[in-house]
Amino acid sequence: MPQRLTKTANEVFAEAMRQINPDVVAAYPITPATEVVQIFSQFVADGKVKTEFVAVESEHSAMSACIGASACGVRTLTGTSSQGLAYMWEMLYIASGLRLPIVMAVVNRALSSPINIHCDHSDTMGARDCGWIQIFSENVQESYDNFLQAVRIAEHQDVRLPVMVTTDGFILSHCLEVVEVLEDETVRKFIGENPERKSILDVENPFTLGALDLQDYYFEHKRQQAEGMKNSLNLIPLIGKEFGDKFGRYYDFAESYKLDDAEIAIVIMGSTAGTAKDVVDQLRDEGKKVGLLKLRVFRPFPANVIQKALENIKVVGIMDRADSVNAISGPLYPEICTSLYDSDKKPLLVDYIYGLGGREVREEDIQLVFSELFNILKTGKTYNLKYIGVRE
Amino acid sequence: MEEKKLTWKQLPQGDVLEAGTSLKFKTGNWRSIKPVHIPEKCINCLICWMACPDMAVKTKDDKFSHFDYDFCKGCGICAHECPTEAIKMEKEGK
Repeated sequence: MPQRLTKTANEVFAEAMRQINPDVVAAYPITPATEVVQIFSQFVADGKVKTEFVAVESEHSAMSACIGASACGVRTLTGTSSQGLAYMWEMLYIASGLRLPIVMAVVNRALSSPINIHCDHSDTMGARDCGWIQIFSENVQESYDNFLQAVRIAEHQDVRLPVMVTTDGFILSHCLEVVEVLEDETVRKFIGENPERKSILDVENPFTLGALDLQDYYFEHKRQQAEGMKNSLNLIPLIGKEFGDKFGRYYDFAESYKLDDAEIAIVIMGSTAGTAKDVVDQLRDEGKKVGLLKLRVFRPFPANVIQKALENIKVVGIMDRADSVNAISGPLYPEICTSLYDSDKKPLLVDYIYGLGGREVREEDIQLVFSELFNILKTGKTYNLKYIGVRE
Repeated sequence: MEEKKLTWKQLPQGDVLEAGTSLKFKTGNWRSIKPVHIPEKCINCLICWMACPDMAVKTKDDKFSHFDYDFCKGCGICAHECPTEAIKMEKEGK
């Protein structure tokens, strides 16, 4: 029987890691993700896992050690946040380019400067083009469920790409929620045996990994990597359905919330989706046709799913918890535009940047967004960007 | 004859190659100066063999044999380390 426990997202990441029982974890602590590997290192010290825990001196080394381990064909996990993720930058590309199925818990936190330890999505949004699959979580339960599914997605023969599973810093990483934690044996059956891969330590069958790849082969390898990401489009919903069939919680690229007959909708990622759903409920009680699309998977970007979900909506507000500082929009907005460009029925779109550096997002903020959207519906005139919750 | 290059579908997954490919990559043509051995000064201490970063000093019966010019890049470390000045660096094509 699964257990109902009270846990934070950091605690369930550590718990999932214990249940996965990986061969190697290499990590360096950083607020607000420190607890993930701190709790896990206690499991190692107590002999509850077989894991070789490598306490490295930086995140650059953490990812490098994970790459070395994963290149030996063993199951490898890690966790980080913000500046730590930024410090892994060049190694993130090595992990995906070498097709190493590393799974990483990322606790979303604002990037410096100014220095800030609280939540926004600027860290993982900055890493959006590094070839990793990115799965966002709305709550603690999703953080746990996504992490387990990530192992299956990363290790699948047709994908073989690293996966980062995110959770919102402090809002989820440090807040208690009642969650259902599966039995160890159930998790082990779900993730299965680590699929056999080549090992660079296999001296009987030596090979070269990561050779210099100039004008004549680099392009082919990148094309191959792009195909792996494309293949994950088929796999992710299958794993989400299998997870649902077995454990009752179904997952897909996105969750449609009261979208069917909606005239107005917002697209949102992470924990604020929960707050926004409450606002949708209130407006629905007032008879207003509003809905919400919660995007769970940002990489690969499920353009067809987005198009189908949004093309019949009249006005869509896109909620960006990161600013691209590009004089146009945040990072989610252009991807939604791209998804809808081929549609005959183009909704009016507008981008809202909110919650930077952990700025509190209240129901009133979401209500304000909806009233803006109603105004656009009435006048037929949109604008491209507005900042929500900042002192003007 | 033109080399037949593999397509992205034909390549093994990831940047994977057979082992020992550096043997096929003759780096000796990078050289602008080359080491020349002077047998009458050589005491066969093999410091050059230890110091060579490219394993281009070859021995036979524990004695200096020859330089492998397929791989010697002409860095000159051997000449620099030689205690008896038994290796001199000469311009290529001299």
